Amino acid sequence: MNDFHDAFIEAFSLIFDLDADLVEIINLSLKITFSGVALSALIGLPLGAAAALLRFPGRGTVVVLLNALMGLPPVVVGLVVYLLLSRAGPFGVLGLLFTPTAMIIAQCFLITPIIAALTRQTTADLWDEYSDQLRSLGATPARAVPTLLFDARVTLLTTILAGFGRAFGEVGAVMLVGGNIAHSTRVMTTAIALETSKGDLPLALGLGMILLLLSLVINGGAYVLGDMARRKLK
Amino acid sequence: MTASILPLVLDKLCFNARGERLIHDLTATLHGGTRTILLGPNGAGKSLTLRLAHGLLSPSSGSVRWEGSSAQAAHERQAMVFQRPVMLRRSAAANVDYALSLRGIGRRARRPLVEEALARAGLGDMAKRSARVLSAGEQQRLALARAWAVNPEVLFLDEPTANLDPAATRAVEEMIAAIHESGATIIMTTHDLGQARRVADEILFLHRGHLMEQMTAETFFARPQSAEAQAFLKGDLLW
Ligand SMILES: Nc1ncnc2c1ncn2[C@@H]1O[C@H](COP(=O)(O)OP(=O)(O)O)[C@@H](O)[C@H]1O
Ligand SMILES: [Mg+2]
Repeated sequence: MNDFHDAFIEAFSLIFDLDADLVEIINLSLKITFSGVALSALIGLPLGAAAALLRFPGRGTVVVLLNALMGLPPVVVGLVVYLLLSRAGPFGVLGLLFTPTAMIIAQCFLITPIIAALTRQTTADLWDEYSDQLRSLGATPARAVPTLLFDARVTLLTTILAGFGRAFGEVGAVMLVGGNIAHSTRVMTTAIALETSKGDLPLALGLGMILLLLSLVINGGAYVLGDMARRKLK
Repeated sequence: MTASILPLVLDKLCFNARGERLIHDLTATLHGGTRTILLGPNGAGKSLTLRLAHGLLSPSSGSVRWEGSSAQAAHERQAMVFQRPVMLRRSAAANVDYALSLRGIGRRARRPLVEEALARAGLGDMAKRSARVLSAGEQQRLALARAWAVNPEVLFLDEPTANLDPAATRAVEEMIAAIHESGATIIMTTHDLGQARRVADEILFLHRGHLMEQMTAETFFARPQSAEAQAFLKGDLLW
């Protein structure tokens, strides 16, 4: 019991002293998650809208694949990216394994299907409402893709933040391809896993509390933003 | 002056859905300058006919022919307003601006056109307001302004006042009259006899997917030919 108490006290002091290691880990976490999610949005938004609107060969396969990939276990994604990037793998020459870039790639594999699948659903619903009017105005389905992405912006922002939340809290994939190397690829989730198993509860707790806080801020922000925008745009 | 896309010829139009024939061998020629009303009870096939003519639906057989131009080029000279206005999730001004941008009009040239279009709809001071918070009547006027802005030769309207109260209906009918006066040909559906009397130059009376009559409004209201049209005019329920 006392151990816990001490651990909490120490965790708070780490947070309030802005412990250098802690700050470094948080920074890297945010950087990797931001990059991974930004890249996923860049791919996932147009891909999802295209899958909703355009009729191209293999479209059905893309839709099924997106939905299947959405629920992929992160460890499996990590394993696949690991194999792709490992020295013997097809992209081994790039020497990316155990770098932050590898972690961003893994995040991207995880988040893109989520964003694309949710975007497809959102834009398909909106297309039901808009298609007669847009076609009457002379918009081709390809021209309608940016229109729908823009008009669904409130829902899509929530979708992206959902991806952000998932990427931020993810441990399995980034552990495998990043390796949890101190001062290089150690992020909040992998540090928590390591410190807990080592028995360094204060650092693990401090990180855990910050992770929780940031998740709350992100989700709260998403809620407030979405609510505001919905009220403005109805 | 660009060459006219009228007359519009509907040639033995048929439309089937789920193994059922909904439009039967509809043949008609529609000339420029008139206000044509497709009249008939609910389910007569008015909306389907309008959507076929505008190219939103493809006929199962038969054809829709515009004078002297490809279907694509003819489509650019048309606009349509729907029963429930489809408002993009943007400001009133941006809704008009979007329609103009699809016609390839540059950003600079669009601004005065947007302003003019909103003013003609009496929406000048609502330009920045989100289109989706406007009242039903304002939304329908915005839909009309958006359609008018692209300066169509033919304007299709599908029961544009079915969801509106009398005051809003009047405002919409006044706008339709102004659009007609500016030179557009009006092709509109309604199930409302009063509206047909107020607006129509020419009547196409539809019943269960069949075109029963095509004649001037004057003749139609004075001497309807078919038993169905006579019953409809007497106010008997038709189905
Ligand atoms: N996509 C469709 N599939 C099946 N039936 C349809 C479809 N669209 C319209 N119908 C039917 O066709 C008939 C004519 O519809 P419509 O043109 O909308 O009538 P209205 O004259 O009231 O505008 C109605 O019985 C309607 O139920
Ligand atoms: Mg109808």
